[in-house]
Amino acid sequence: MDIFKKTISLVVLSLSLCLASTANAALEIEISGGSAQQVPVAIVPFAHATTANQENISAIISADLHHSGLFRVLEIGGVVSRPSDIAQIKYSEWSALQAQAMVVGIVETLSGNRLKVTFELADVLKQTQLTGMQYNIAPNQLRATAHKIADEIYQKLTGETGIFASRIAYINKSNGRYALRIADVDGANPLTMVSSKEPIISPSWSPDGSKIAYVSFEKKKPIIFVQSLAGQRTVLANFKGNNSAPAWAPDGEKLAIVLTYGANSQVYTINADGSGLKQITKSSAIDTEPTWSADGLWIYFSSDRGGKPQIYKVSSSGGEPQRVTFEGAYNVSPRFSPDGKSLAMIRNDGGKFRVALQDLASGQVQILSEGSQDESPSFAPNGRVLLYATRTGGHGALAAVSVDGRVKQSLNESGGDIREPAWGPLQH
Amino acid sequence: MNKTIWNTKLLCGLALAVLLSACKSTPMVEKPASVVDKSPSTQSAAMPASAADTSAIKELNVDGNATTGNNPLKDPSNILSKRNIYFDFDSDAVKAEFRPMVEAHAKYLIAHTGAKVVLQGNTDVRGTREYNLSLGQRRSVAVKKALNLLGVQDKQIETVSFGEEKATEACADEACSKTNRRVDIVYENE
Repeated sequence: MDIFKKTISLVVLSLSLCLASTANAALEIEISGGSAQQVPVAIVPFAHATTANQENISAIISADLHHSGLFRVLEIGGVVSRPSDIAQIKYSEWSALQAQAMVVGIVETLSGNRLKVTFELADVLKQTQLTGMQYNIAPNQLRATAHKIADEIYQKLTGETGIFASRIAYINKSNGRYALRIADVDGANPLTMVSSKEPIISPSWSPDGSKIAYVSFEKKKPIIFVQSLAGQRTVLANFKGNNSAPAWAPDGEKLAIVLTYGANSQVYTINADGSGLKQITKSSAIDTEPTWSADGLWIYFSSDRGGKPQIYKVSSSGGEPQRVTFEGAYNVSPRFSPDGKSLAMIRNDGGKFRVALQDLASGQVQILSEGSQDESPSFAPNGRVLLYATRTGGHGALAAVSVDGRVKQSLNESGGDIREPAWGPLQH
Repeated sequence: MNKTIWNTKLLCGLALAVLLSACKSTPMVEKPASVVDKSPSTQSAAMPASAADTSAIKELNVDGNATTGNNPLKDPSNILSKRNIYFDFDSDAVKAEFRPMVEAHAKYLIAHTGAKVVLQGNTDVRGTREYNLSLGQRRSVAVKKALNLLGVQDKQIETVSFGEEKATEACADEACSKTNRRVDIVYENE
């Protein structure tokens, strides 16, 4: 292909794709702060050997890496060359930009309406390839593939698992209607799973990411439903009184739920098919918001059995609960980090409800958020980021903070309140 | 019949205690209801448009209105139409000012063993949604216990909570937040 022609088509493509992706993205992400040592990365626009309408892969990769706060995506307008594989890289041009790593790639058309996406990650200083991958995909998988590439880059450069290919669930409230939505973690491809004129709260992902349990008030009382991403919906718990706070066990076989019958909230476990109901806590106080330890042996929950709400733990087969939090007069909504080493919670910090993170070994607590009505903390699958609900400008929004408190993001959806975020597991 | 209705209205205007005993004697509410159920359909089916028929319908309509007007649960001058019990911040104590209302509903439920109520607890927006759901439940349980103590059976009561889900979100002051902290008494099929 003539190089000049190729460049023109690339520019046209990039423009139309940017517009398309802006129009599609319901959640808008803003980032503030950043890691102290951001890795400078140059991301060269992928060569597109096709004219089909498609996603701008390099823009998606750039946005993903930028949002993590761990990378500084370099402005490369001053460099003329646009290598699409490692052999074409003139390293001196990129080391002059102080790039430590760079990404190159190409999208090619295969027969049968398939695309071949190739990318390589280069170490600019050592002038070597760090990793490279090829994907044979359908055209509608380009965006997902871009997230996978961003995950590969993230993993190679940080040594940790990437999260860009994961999804989030949340509740949108607009025009008096409530909708349970799932979207890519960058806010793209929002999809409504269920909507109702009555509230929906507490979405919880099954560990395999195929189902979401949630609480719907559509029958004028809280009832727990389980719905597959394919759309199949069943009632998990509809007992007398309230049915709420579903939390999947790590093995996906059971859920912890909260029932009341005619009294205060108590924690139960129930099989995912609705059988085998078992009462776990037995108190006259409030016991709610159960969450499982990563090994499935413990259920942590919030309770006011000691007067003020604090976090307790109980064996997941039942037994005598033990108090976990002692500092502060209001600690609720416990959530385990994926490595099981820390516990996120909501703390009433002088009248302001904020996300706090407790190191379980040392007991040390760090307040991570800055709002006054922050709630529903949810860990990224790699444990590096906490997503939570907050209020800004009189409406509900989502925010995310890195567990070291350095990187903050806000996610807004135009024309609605969004709340109750739940970060889904990694899709394999 | 008319006399009974008048008596009820009068009594309602007079004193709560008297009213409650009047509400207890409810046959006069049920009788017109049964007339409404049966007569219009048979009459209109048997007799097509005539002057007599029209007046009969009018009368039945009046009866129908009278029934609604004297349904103690709906009558605005009857304490049973009062359904909201308000709470102090972080409290589930049923305050003394709501005792007469709770007692009236207890008496009604005892007299009407087929009647069922749902007690819907609510909170203001401070705190987390699930915890507030439990706090709202604690309030509905407090009202249930008050009804139980007055002799109402468990099978007539369901306690549920909306937590903060029905709360006015943009409350600027305590007067507004206060209206969010309440239990609503809702009768079955209302």
